[in-house]
Amino acid sequence: MTTQSQTQKQNPIVRFFNMNTSGEVGGRKLPLWRQMLLQLLTFLILAEVMFPIMYIVTLSLSSKTTRPSSLQLFPTEFSFGAYQQVVDHPTANPVSFLELLRNSFLLSFGVGFIALLVAVTAAYAFSRFKFKMRQVLMVMVFIPLLMPAIGLATPLYLLMNQFRIVDCGKGQTALAPITTCDQTKGKIIFNLRDSLLGVGIAMTAGALPFAVWNLKGYLDTIPKELEEAAAIDGADPNQIFFLIVLPLAIPQLAVTFFLGFIGHWQEFALPWLFLSKPGDYTLAMTLYNMQGQYANAIPWNRFSAFAIIVALPVAIIYIALQKYIVGGLTTGGVKG
Amino acid sequence: MAVLSASTGAGKQKKASNFRRASLPYLYLVPAFLLMGVITFYPLVYQVIISFTNFETKHLLKQLADPTLKFIGFKNYIDIITGALPVQNFAFFRVLVYNFWWAISNVAVHVPAGVLIAVLLNTQGLWFKRIYRAMYILPVVIPPVVIAAVWRNIFDEQYGAMNQLLNSIAPLLGYKELISIGWLTDYTFPIPWLLPTGPLPLAYYAMMIANFWLGWPFMTMVATGALQSIPKDLYEAASIDGASAQQQFWNITVPLLRPAMIPAAVYGFTMSFNLFAFVYFMTGGGPARTTEILVTFAYDLVRNLRLFGVAAAFAVIVFFVALTVFLVTNRITGATESYEG
Repeated sequence: MTTQSQTQKQNPIVRFFNMNTSGEVGGRKLPLWRQMLLQLLTFLILAEVMFPIMYIVTLSLSSKTTRPSSLQLFPTEFSFGAYQQVVDHPTANPVSFLELLRNSFLLSFGVGFIALLVAVTAAYAFSRFKFKMRQVLMVMVFIPLLMPAIGLATPLYLLMNQFRIVDCGKGQTALAPITTCDQTKGKIIFNLRDSLLGVGIAMTAGALPFAVWNLKGYLDTIPKELEEAAAIDGADPNQIFFLIVLPLAIPQLAVTFFLGFIGHWQEFALPWLFLSKPGDYTLAMTLYNMQGQYANAIPWNRFSAFAIIVALPVAIIYIALQKYIVGGLTTGGVKG
Repeated sequence: MAVLSASTGAGKQKKASNFRRASLPYLYLVPAFLLMGVITFYPLVYQVIISFTNFETKHLLKQLADPTLKFIGFKNYIDIITGALPVQNFAFFRVLVYNFWWAISNVAVHVPAGVLIAVLLNTQGLWFKRIYRAMYILPVVIPPVVIAAVWRNIFDEQYGAMNQLLNSIAPLLGYKELISIGWLTDYTFPIPWLLPTGPLPLAYYAMMIANFWLGWPFMTMVATGALQSIPKDLYEAASIDGASAQQQFWNITVPLLRPAMIPAAVYGFTMSFNLFAFVYFMTGGGPARTTEILVTFAYDLVRNLRLFGVAAAFAVIVFFVALTVFLVTNRITGATESYEG
C-alpha cells in the first residue's frame, strides 16, 4: 500500500515518463497483427498532434512571403529569413523586437516578483498562526480568485485613468486628480492607465491572491517539528520565518514565480485594453495584431516565425519545470 | 526571544510579549492586505457602485464627481438580462447557455479521448511508447495564445491548412470543385445533410477541433498517472475469473480512474468556461456573437463598446455565475475526495 500511495502522490508528468514500458510485466506478448493495428492508431494520433506544429514550422522556414497555395507539412527549405525579418521589423509600427521583448519581460518578471514578495508573509500567517478573523481574511483572499481576470478590468481601467500628469503650458504641470488645470488644453504627459506600470498593477491584482493561495498550500506541507525545535532553542517567530521557513520554501517560491511567468507572458486581455502606444506593446499583443486586422498585410512566414518565438520561453520553462507544474496547476486551478 | 522572556515570568514583559505574539500574524498580513485593499478590494467596491450608474466615455474625466453621471438603480442589470442593451446580437441567456455548453461539450470530449489514449499507450509490449509519450505532450507545452493564433490561420478561408487538407483529400473521393470554407465566418454549413444549420455556428465546431488538440493531452497525462497506480493483479485476477478485456475496462479501469479524472475534468471545465484568449484570438466571439462566452462579452463591453456602467454590472453578474460554478464543482470534487479516502 505504501508504494502505491507514493506513486499516487507523484506528479502526473513524472509518472508519464517513468512508466514501465518494457512490456514484460504481464509476461504476455502482443500478437503482431494487434501491434500493427495499435501502431497505426498511435501514429494517427501523432499525426494529429504534429499537424499544426509541422504546418507552422514549415511556414516559418519558408523564404516565400506569399501564402502557400497548397498544404506543406515538411519544410522544403531551411531559410531563417523570416526570423531575421521578424526580429528586425516585427510590425508596421515603429517598435523594435527588443522593445516588445523588454515590455513582455518587464511585465512578466515585475508582476511575478512583486506578487511573490508580498504574498509570502501572508501565506505564512495563514498557514501557521491561529488568530481571530483568520477564516474571514482567507475568504477575502479567495473571493478575487473566483472572479475571471477580466472581472476587475473595468474599475481598474477607470480608476487608473484618473491618474495623469498633465502639461498645462506656461511651464506648469498638474498631477491629476490632486491638482488640475484646464483639461481640454493640457497635454497629457503620463497616464497611469496607458502605461506598463498601470498594466502591471492591474495584473498584480489578479496574481497576488493566486500566489497567496498557492504558497499557503505548500507551506502547509512543511513539517512543523522544525519550527518547534527552533522555538525551543530560543528563536523568535521572525527568526523562524526568515531563517528556517523561507529557505525551505525557496523551491516552491521559484515554481510559483515561473507558473506566474507562464501566465503573465501570454497575458493579453489587460495590456490590450489598457495600452495604446505601440512602444508599450507586448509580444502577445503583437501576435494578435499579426493575425487580426492586419493579417493580410503580414506574410505568413513571418507570422509563423513570430508565433514560434513567442512560444519558446514558455515551452522551455514548462519542460524544465514539468516535475512541479501540473501539480501546481491543479491545486491552484480555480482561476481561468 | 519571545519564548525566553515569557519563561522568565516578569509580569510586564510577559504582557508585552503576549501582545507581540498576538499581533504578529496581522503584521505578516499587512503588506498583502494593504496592496490588495488598494488594487483589489477598492476596485471591487467601485465596480459595484459604477454598476448602478450610466457611466460612459464622457464621464471618464470626472467620474463620480461628474454632474451628468446618474444613478439608475438596477437598470443595467435588467437591461443585460432582458437584452435591452444598445448592443447588436446580444441575448444574455443565449450567451450563458452557450458558455455552459461550450465548457461541458469540451470536457465531455477531452476526458474520454484522454483516457482512451492513455489506455492505448499503456498497452503492454507496444513499440515506441516513450517516443509517443514525449510527442503527445507537446500541445500542453505551447502557450494557448499561440495555439489559438495558429489555429485561426489553419481555418483561414483562402489559404488555411484545413481547406488545403480537404482539397488534397477530396479529389481522391471524386470531388472536383475547389473547397473554400469560411470556417470561422460562415453562417451556413458546407454540407447541409451532414450537419444541418442549427443553433451552433460552424465556428463552434472549428473551435472544438482546435481546443480538442489543446485539451486531450492534459487528460492523457493525468489518466496515465492514475492507470499506473492500479495494481496489475486486479487485471490478472479478473482474467483468471474469465472477464473479457471490455469487462475489465468497465469494471476495473473506469471506476479506479474516476478519483483522478473528476478533479481533472472540473479543472478542464473551469478552464474552458473562462477561455478568454483562445476565443478572442480565434473568432472574437463572432460571427454575430454566436461563439461569444461571458468573459469575451464582458471584455467587448469595456474595450470596444465602452459602456462602463453596463460592463461593471455584467462583471458582477459574471462573478455570481463563477461563484455558482465554483460551489457546484467544489461539491463534486469534495465528494470524490471522500470517496477516494
